[in-house]
Amino acid sequence: MSDTPTPDHQLPRTHYLNATYGSGTRSWLLTTDHKRIALLYLGSVTVFFFIGGVFATMIRIHLLTPGGALVTPETYNKLFTMHGVAMIFFFLIPSIPAVLGNFLIPLMIGAKDLAFPKINLLSWYIYIVGGCFVLYSFGTGGLDTGWTFYTPLSSVYSNSAVTPAVIGIFINGFSSILTGLNFIVTIHTMRAPGMTWFRLPLFVWAHYATSLVMILGTPVIAITLLLAGLERMFHLGFFNPALGGDPILFQHLFWFYSHPAVYIMVLPAMGVVSEIIPTFARKPIFGYSFIAGSSIAIAVIGFLVWAHHMFVTGESTYAALTFSFLSYLVAIPSAVKVFNWTSTLYKGSISWDPPMIYALGFIGLFVIGGLTGLSLACLGLDIHIHDTYFVVAHFHYIMVGGAVMGFVGALHFWWPKITGRLYPETLSRAAAVTLFVGFNLTFFPQFILGYLGMPRRYHTYPPEFQVLNVLSTAGASILALGYLIPMAYLAWSMRYGRVAGPNPWPATGLEWKTASPPPTENFDVTPEVTWEPYDFQNRPDLGLAAGAPSLAPAHSDD
Amino acid sequence: MHRTGELYGQFETLEQQKESAALGMWIFLVTEVLFFGGLFLTYTINRHAFGTAFGVGSNTLDIRLGGGNTVVLILSSLTMAMAVWSAQIGKKQLVSIFLIATLALGSVFLGVKVVEYKQKFDHHLIPGYGFDIRYHSELPAPMDNPVEIAAEKEELEKAFAVDPDINAHAQLYFSLYFGMTGLHALHMIVGAGLLIWLIRGSFHGRFTPQYNTPVEIVGLYWHFVDIVWIYLFPLLYLIDRHR
Repeated sequence: MSDTPTPDHQLPRTHYLNATYGSGTRSWLLTTDHKRIALLYLGSVTVFFFIGGVFATMIRIHLLTPGGALVTPETYNKLFTMHGVAMIFFFLIPSIPAVLGNFLIPLMIGAKDLAFPKINLLSWYIYIVGGCFVLYSFGTGGLDTGWTFYTPLSSVYSNSAVTPAVIGIFINGFSSILTGLNFIVTIHTMRAPGMTWFRLPLFVWAHYATSLVMILGTPVIAITLLLAGLERMFHLGFFNPALGGDPILFQHLFWFYSHPAVYIMVLPAMGVVSEIIPTFARKPIFGYSFIAGSSIAIAVIGFLVWAHHMFVTGESTYAALTFSFLSYLVAIPSAVKVFNWTSTLYKGSISWDPPMIYALGFIGLFVIGGLTGLSLACLGLDIHIHDTYFVVAHFHYIMVGGAVMGFVGALHFWWPKITGRLYPETLSRAAAVTLFVGFNLTFFPQFILGYLGMPRRYHTYPPEFQVLNVLSTAGASILALGYLIPMAYLAWSMRYGRVAGPNPWPATGLEWKTASPPPTENFDVTPEVTWEPYDFQNRPDLGLAAGAPSLAPAHSDD
Repeated sequence: MHRTGELYGQFETLEQQKESAALGMWIFLVTEVLFFGGLFLTYTINRHAFGTAFGVGSNTLDIRLGGGNTVVLILSSLTMAMAVWSAQIGKKQLVSIFLIATLALGSVFLGVKVVEYKQKFDHHLIPGYGFDIRYHSELPAPMDNPVEIAAEKEELEKAFAVDPDINAHAQLYFSLYFGMTGLHALHMIVGAGLLIWLIRGSFHGRFTPQYNTPVEIVGLYWHFVDIVWIYLFPLLYLIDRHR
């Protein structure tokens, strides 16, 4: 896909996809190969993405008319709840880490596998068991508490299938914890000779930070939902005001995880962008250590901002001031990343391959999502736009515009490595643009709606908001197309795509030094790393002419 | 991944494997601290808000059973540490003996916990519609000491004067009591399962000075579960105790 025609490649004779260990299905369901487990995750998160997507479609269709076009108010409550539960806990949280992190971290650091391959498989099964509980809840009438499960609605008053959903999310949490634990240990103990901490790809740094959030945050949501569930099942009273329990405590505990959880979604996407940008700018990343450090800073500061979700609960002014200030602080490491990506592009030799379009789209959408986050962290303004569509638009810009763009971009970037084949170039460029346009048309009107005062989670709205709602629904249909087209041609390419060869872009990471698809043990011999990260100039093995004008020096400051 | 002896295929050396396993267990224990942390926070806030009710709740617990259990658990930590030490110096028989001792002490703890829970059921101290903090003092069992019952009645009257909603607030105490000790007991049961797995391995002479990682990391887990109890015991049994 580069400008020069690439020579024809052959797929390796044996690789992780066709290596036989036992019969077909068995060799997948009992595999401990991190690459196969990644594909198991890819399949299962795609299923949940579809389920969540169907609910989103129904929400958007319902909101076509001011009175609500499709469902009863009760059903509407269930739709947005199930949309949130499916998308957040079963798609966004595991999407990049469990699929691409799982696949790539051992390859990127030159290891044969994660430190605990059996635990890796176990975490997928835990995910599936948790997912089954949640699907059971959806299938037996669904739940209507909102994905936030605020008590005492969730623990006492709701008449919907809350209990199985809470159990499912509780179980699923352990999948996330085990994945994070596995990543941290792997990054500490499994690096190949020469792969020092500051030679790690930024994708790995981002996943280290993500894993920290996973292991420190997830246990808290687990205990919180367990307590809410016990309250519902056995009439214990932790959060029930009738017994003197404190529902605000639930909100504190819930957001102690659920705010950092946003960083579980977006940090890996930032790692993806940090890989894609230097590859298609043919230039070392600008400010490597600052990008690495900002990932850790986001993970740490991200734990200190949770009560900005609770500015209207009547919390003390001093607490609100502190949380507002700390929320502003998160903008600093986030902006460091954005500025460094932009500086990397400056004077780069940019090629517009599909992953690059997704990465640039990510930067634009993340900036809008991030800046509107600052508006929400502002105490006075938040009172006006709290619980309106402004919030909905803001977090969709981060979660969909950021995390999902990153996920789809990552799939495009590493698809040749995962499957050994390339996908149609023009079509995929068109799909990336469709996704970007559809996304903005869906969610930008929601900023305006929210600012004008349309509350979130309502099944009706005043007639003057109809034009913007119709725009948003129209955008959603384009957005859906932007997801369906890649699904179609990526599936097509698995069989019919052009054979990619080990390093089609070319990129500098260790994962591109092995065959595509890689052998089961990743590398035939344990690699030794002798080069700095993202250095195109001193890498004759990449096949780029040394000293060519398109190559920037490895440590340039310009 | 193929396995050569005790070395799993993804690792290069036994040291790397051991380092990974130990780091993995420590990280897991960090997640456990945060898991229990949510409960400890809930406890702290409610204890602060409803001190009287929590004091009354503490007094219903049997300090002989709780204190005895604390001793049992500390002893089990000792035997666990001895099992790790025996494995490190290669005394294979001692490993089995100390592991069995640890399992036995853990089982005693769980048995005592069953007795304590049973008592709470008998006294209508289970949160829910049947909860009645006065039940025991008004309908004591024939073998109960009348002097103690009288003292309990008097204490309850005082407590009701301070906090008329004590029947609700005491349910919070018992929610936490069952939540915290129940979760702790669940961890003990998991630990017992791990011990049984270790005992099987030790019968096969699997643990040597070169390879004893499983004993060591299960030991870490067991000590952690003990430490949780060391915090639970004073919080639930001792604070505001006056009988």
